[in-house]
Parts: sequence; C-alpha cells; structure tokens
Amino acid sequence: MSQLPAVIIDGILYASWMFIIAVGLTLIYGVMKILNVAHGSLYALGAYTGSTFAGYWLSQGHAPLGSYGVLLVAAIVVGLIAGPLIERGLLRFMYGRDEVVLVLVTYALFLILEDFTKLLFGVDPILVSQPYSLLGNMEMGSLIYPVYSLVLVAVSVLVGVALALVLNRTRQGKILRAVIHDREMSTAVGINVSRVYLVTFTVGAMLAALGGALTAPTTSVQPGIGAEVIVLAFAIVVVGGLGSLGGAAVGALLVGLVRSGAVHYRPEVELFSVYVVMAVVLIVRPKGLFAAPEVRKI
Amino acid sequence: MACILEARNLNKSFGAVTAAADINARIEQDSIVGLIGSNGAGKTTFINMVTGYLTPTSGQILYQDRDITGMPPREITRLGICRSFQIPQLFNTLAVGENLMVGVGIAARSSRAAHGQERGAEQSTLVEQLIERFNLGGYRTQAAGLLPEGVRKLLDIAMAVAGRPRVLLLDEPTSGVSADEKFRLMDMVMGALKTAGVTVLFVEHDMDIVSRYTHRILAFYEGRIIADGDPQTVLRDAEVRRYVIGEQIHAPATKETAGAAD
Amino acid sequence: MQRDPTLPLLFAALVVLLALGPFLPQWALSFVSVALYLGIVVLGMALMMRTGLVSFGQGLYYCLGAYAAGTLDHFYKLSDLLLMVIAGALVAALVALILGFLLSKYRDIFFAMLSLAFSMILYGLLVKTSELGSTDGFGLSVKTFAGIPLTHGWVRYSIYAFSAVLAAIFTAGIHRYLNSHLGRLAGAIRDNELRVEYMGASVRRVIHLNYVIAAALAGVGGALMAATIGHVDPETTANWTTSGEFVFIAILSGTGSVLAPFLGAGIFEAVRTFALQYFPNTWQMTLGITMLLVIMFLPGGLWSVFGLRRRST
Repeated sequence: MSQLPAVIIDGILYASWMFIIAVGLTLIYGVMKILNVAHGSLYALGAYTGSTFAGYWLSQGHAPLGSYGVLLVAAIVVGLIAGPLIERGLLRFMYGRDEVVLVLVTYALFLILEDFTKLLFGVDPILVSQPYSLLGNMEMGSLIYPVYSLVLVAVSVLVGVALALVLNRTRQGKILRAVIHDREMSTAVGINVSRVYLVTFTVGAMLAALGGALTAPTTSVQPGIGAEVIVLAFAIVVVGGLGSLGGAAVGALLVGLVRSGAVHYRPEVELFSVYVVMAVVLIVRPKGLFAAPEVRKI
Repeated sequence: MACILEARNLNKSFGAVTAAADINARIEQDSIVGLIGSNGAGKTTFINMVTGYLTPTSGQILYQDRDITGMPPREITRLGICRSFQIPQLFNTLAVGENLMVGVGIAARSSRAAHGQERGAEQSTLVEQLIERFNLGGYRTQAAGLLPEGVRKLLDIAMAVAGRPRVLLLDEPTSGVSADEKFRLMDMVMGALKTAGVTVLFVEHDMDIVSRYTHRILAFYEGRIIADGDPQTVLRDAEVRRYVIGEQIHAPATKETAGAAD
Repeated sequence: MQRDPTLPLLFAALVVLLALGPFLPQWALSFVSVALYLGIVVLGMALMMRTGLVSFGQGLYYCLGAYAAGTLDHFYKLSDLLLMVIAGALVAALVALILGFLLSKYRDIFFAMLSLAFSMILYGLLVKTSELGSTDGFGLSVKTFAGIPLTHGWVRYSIYAFSAVLAAIFTAGIHRYLNSHLGRLAGAIRDNELRVEYMGASVRRVIHLNYVIAAALAGVGGALMAATIGHVDPETTANWTTSGEFVFIAILSGTGSVLAPFLGAGIFEAVRTFALQYFPNTWQMTLGITMLLVIMFLPGGLWSVFGLRRRST
C-alpha cells in the first residue's frame, strides 16, 4: 500500500491535463450539441505550435521563463485562428443536421487536420523539453515530482475556477447557460445564438490547444497524439455528464486515478481501464454522473 | 353495471408538489366519463397513473378487479386500456396507413388478443376500417408528421382504438382543433366507438362538449376530485363553477379580481 | 403499383459477380471481396439505424468474427471457410445476446459511447494478449470449404463467390425483414418509442433482436475479411477508427435501399485505395474531404444519386 500516495498524485497529475482538454469538449457539446472529434487535432496543433514557438524563442536566446508565456500565446493563436475558421467555415452550414452527421463532420475534419498537421510540421518528432526541465524537481516525502507537472495542476484548477466563475457570475455566462439549456428558447428571447456558438467553439479550441501546448514539453510531439487523446477525452466527458463542467472535473479525476492505479498495480489493463470505468459509470448512471434532469414529455 | 376501472386512495407527489391527492373513483363499464379541471389540476396525472406512465405514491388502481398499480404501459395496454395524448404521439416519418398497420400489427400479436392471431389480410381489413371510420382516407399515404393538427389528433385516437381497448382514455381530444371542428371530431370518435362496447374517459376543457357527450363528470382541482356525478349536477356545483368553469363570465369591466366577488 | 426491383436486381448482380469472377484480375477480385464484407457489416448497421441507433462499436463484433475465423485455422488447423463464417457469426451473436441486455437500454450518444467502450475494451485486451499476437495479430489461410479441399488457384475465387452468395442471402433476408411487421416496428421505434410501448410492444426486445442480428452480420463480415486478407490484428478491427469507418460508410450509403451499403462500401474502398496510392502522405485528408463533400451535397446518401423514390424509412 505504500504506492498509494504515488497513485493518487499520479492520478491527479494525469487528470489535470486531461481536464483542460475535456472541459473544452464538454463545453462545445453542452452549447452546440456537437461531439467534436477534431478536438484531438486541435490539441495536436497546440502541441506542435507550442513546441515550435517555444523552440524558436529559446533558440533566439530569450529568457527561458518567457517560454511559458510563449506556450500560452501559441495556444491562443491556434484557438483564435482554427476556432472561427472551423466554426464559420464549416460547422455553421451543418447546424440542424442530425447529431450523428455532425460527429461525422468533425471526424472528417479530424482526418483532414491530421494530415494538415503533418504537412505543416513534418512527421519527425519534436521535443522541446526545456520549459519542463527548467523548473526542476520537488520532493514530496519519498517521491520526486517535476515542478512543471504540479504547475500544470495549478493551471488546470485555474482554468476550472475561471470557467466556473464566468459561467455562474457573469452575464455572458448566463447567456451561455441559457443556450445550453434550450437553444430555441434562447433565440426566442433575443440571444445571438450564432455568436455564442462562435465564441464557445473558439474558447473550446483554445482550451484544447492549451492542453496540447502545456503537455508538449513533457513528451515528444509526433503524429498520432491527437487520436490517442480524443477517445480518452470522450470517455471523461461521457462519464462526467455531457455539458457539465463539474462533471468534466470529476470525470477527469476518476479516469486519472483509475489509470494511475492500473499503471501501478496492473499494467496489463492500463489500456482499457478507462473504458471499463466508462462502461461501469454508464451502467450505474445511464447519462453520466452529472447529467441534466429529465423533463416530462407527456 | 359492472365496475371496470377503480381508483382507490390514489396519491402522487413529486417532492413537495402534490399532483394527485386521495383520488377515489369507480368507473362503470360502457360509461362515458368526462374529466374536467383547470391546467395542473391532476387530470393528466390521473391518466398517466392509470396507464402506467407514472407510479402512484400510494393507493391502488384496479382494472376488472385486478390490481394494475405500477404496471408498465406496455402491459396495461395489453390488458385492454389504451390512450390518446394531449400532443399526438405518432410515427411521424411513416405514412398514415403505415402508422395504423404498426398499431394493428402489435395488437394482433399481443397476448390479450381474445380473437386470436390475425392473419395479414385480416389486419389490412382492420386498418381499412379504421381509416374509414376516422375519415383518414384522403391522407393515407401522407407522412404523419406533415398532417394538419386535427387529422393528427384523429390518427392518434385511431391508433388508440387500433389496440382494441375495453377502456379508452382520451387526453384532450379536441384541443388544438378549431372550434367549429370540435363537434365533428367528437361525433366521429363517438360514432366509431359506439358499436365497440368501450368505456371512455376523456379530458376536456370545452364544457359544451362535456355536457353533450358524457354520462358522468369528474371535476379535478389541485389534485383532488371536487365533484363526481351527472353532467347537470356537476356543472352547476358551486365549487366546480368557482375553480373550473369560472363564475363571472359576464363580469363588468370594473371588477378587479375574481376573488373579490366572493 | 410499381413492383419492387430490389430482389431481381440482387439476383442479377449475384449472377454477374459469380460469372465474371474467374475472369477478373486479382485486384478486382480483392476489391469486390472487400466491398462485399464491408457491405455486410454496414447492412447490419443499417438495420440498427432503422431503430434509430448508431453503433460506434461494430468493430467489436467484426473483430470477434475475424479472430474466431483466424483461431480456427491458426490454433486448431480447421481451415474451413464455411466453418469460419459460422464460428464468426455465432461468437458475435452470443456476445451480442449478452451485451444486448445492457445496451438495449441506451440511446443516442450514450448507446454510441457504450458500444464504443466495449469495442475498445476488446482492443485493449487483444493488444495485451501475446498468445494472439498483440498488436501484430496473426495470419491465417483457408484450405477447404464445407470439407471440400480447395486447390490453391481457386481459394481466392471461392472466398469471393461465397462472400457474394452470403451478401445476396443476407440482403434478401434483411429486405424481407424490413418489410415485415418487425421491420415496420423498428421504424416506429425510431420515430416514437413511447407510442410503441403504449401500443403494447416491447421496444427493448426489438432493439435487442436487431442488435444481435447486426452483430452476427458484423461477425460474418469479420470472418470473411480474415479469410480474404489472410491476417487479423486489433488495430484494423476493434479500434475505434474502424468502427468510425463503418459509421461513415453507413451514412454515406444512405437508407434508400438494402443494396446501398454495398455501393457505399465499394465507393469508400475505391476512394481509400485511390487516396493511398496517389496521395500516400495525405490520404486521410483526401478521405476526410470526400466525406465532407458527400455529407454536404448528398444528404440522402449515395443512393439518392439514382433519384429513386426514397422510401419513408
């Protein structure tokens, strides 16, 4: 049982970066009712762009601490360019189509972006690990953890709190929640749903890219990272309840801890432990942990 | 007359909201009963409990002296209780004829079918009879989702009748239908049912219709039955006038609220 | 009233395929075989979609069928095509029977995700099972059919011909099923489950039944794939990308006819082969763009190109 603290901390670390990705996905689904398969590609784009920008920044001899800001900028740039381009240029024409068709559209987009990323950044792995190694390690009891990972946890908590505040305390947040609740009614009361969609998708894209940019220093960025991430993100979002921010957090923690437990105690099941969790949660709570209540139909 | 349907001390609450309180009613076979009450009074809740969509918090529902409380809609339908809906529940992408074929097909295969399994040809005949009785011939090949509202209502009721019910519950059969069409619709429905020997309960807001077609009226208010009897008596009942029908229909414009008069 | 041309068309197509087979070059035989086994899987999906459910996990049964077929040859030296297909169908149907009790309670995106989850669980299990070759999988070969030994030159044609016959039988069967009471009931369920329950029929039972049928078809498809390709592995069968392809072909084909899945599968395979050959670095992008074009401009699926009266499905 001496592994338990390690399991828990590893789980939290894993959950933190998955949360940043999952929360964007659940936000997009909650508002637009679209399960964005391309979210994984946006993550990958964020990772590539972040690494490239940071690599350039560092190679020019600028202050290493600035590379964090650069990563952030990279994520914002990807979000601001890709988000509106995708939403206005493609998704906008598909609203009103069946939910499944929309998933296929984002799947097609995912395929396109996978190759697009390869064209833009090449197929060789990129590793810009300085932002990661810069902060060194920290001792927690008998365990050693890179400070960067802990910073990542702080960032994800910040993101969660910021989103929660925006959704619950600001006017924009109220408008967003109204659209999540009932699109038609929102239009009827004069909300510019079209603009809400644009903003939501852009923010979601930025979050995905942020997840990628922040993870990039810890791993070698190569083709295929988007595909790995997207299914995990789906699992988390479904487990937590589609459209629920709190659900994304709880889902990420659950998935993170289960995966961490698997890695430590039974590595053979690591790969599908997440899906077992998803299956178990859906069996016990058919619509996820924090799903919206059912409305009477007849 | 035999009692075919009975509600005993039915209660239904959703948390703090009481949708039905102490409902007691004995419905006689072959009678036609009207359920009246303002919106939210508990009429649809009553129908939902009888047909199994909702389970009562307490109390019993007996059908032909058999306890059917809490049974799912599927089984209750198979026993012979069918219903139509406030908002017509149809198969919108299927044509009118196909809707009825599905309905008749299911009824033919349900275990209750005392007339035994019907062959394909007999089922087609039944569908034709329904189309004729409910005047749906002109809409036979149209998708149910594209029909005018009044026709959708008729189809919804026809679907309920396709189930060969002994008890038929109609939830606001004439709502959404234009005023001049209401009587025609009710004439058609009642005419289609007359030969069948069916007990009918229907929810209605139009007092003219209720008084014309029913033997008996149950008046609901805030989840309770406040009056139960023949139309003449119930419609003149003081409480019914106050809470359901409305008292001062010719009130002068200067009067402030309905409560002030009392 | 116009006579339904489906069955005569089907029969004609079968005769043509069987007759032409021996004269077709190898690549053409392969191509048609692929279109046939993919089409069989998608045929099953079309049945499920009639009830309004889209499975993102047919890969599970496709994989089970493929591995069942492969196991017969690789581990038991039973290299019989008929046996392989039967095994594929039975294993898939059995698993679907069990999982169906659970899955028939779910709808929409939750059904999709749960079916996906089970497929990925199998994927994970296979990747970690070294006896079955992990990510590499293993190879197999077909040597007999119903006990009759197949000379080497005729193996390919036999698999091709059997695939065609099976495809024809299944298509005819599904066609009749869809025009029966249960078929109509499936469409009714998609439109309004509540009404179906209120008419006295069990929605769950119908969904469960259709789920098992679709799974069996996917199992047969997987077995035929294993026989055709001669190799099974987790990546091309149980991974979510494979299930995604099935969904795409299903939507691409549209619901206009039971023949549509084969047309859709053929075109998909053609585009993919074309893209892989001429755009090896951007074949995914090519596929994705094609998907978008079809979704945008042919909302009724490929079958709508023929302008045939779209059945109210």
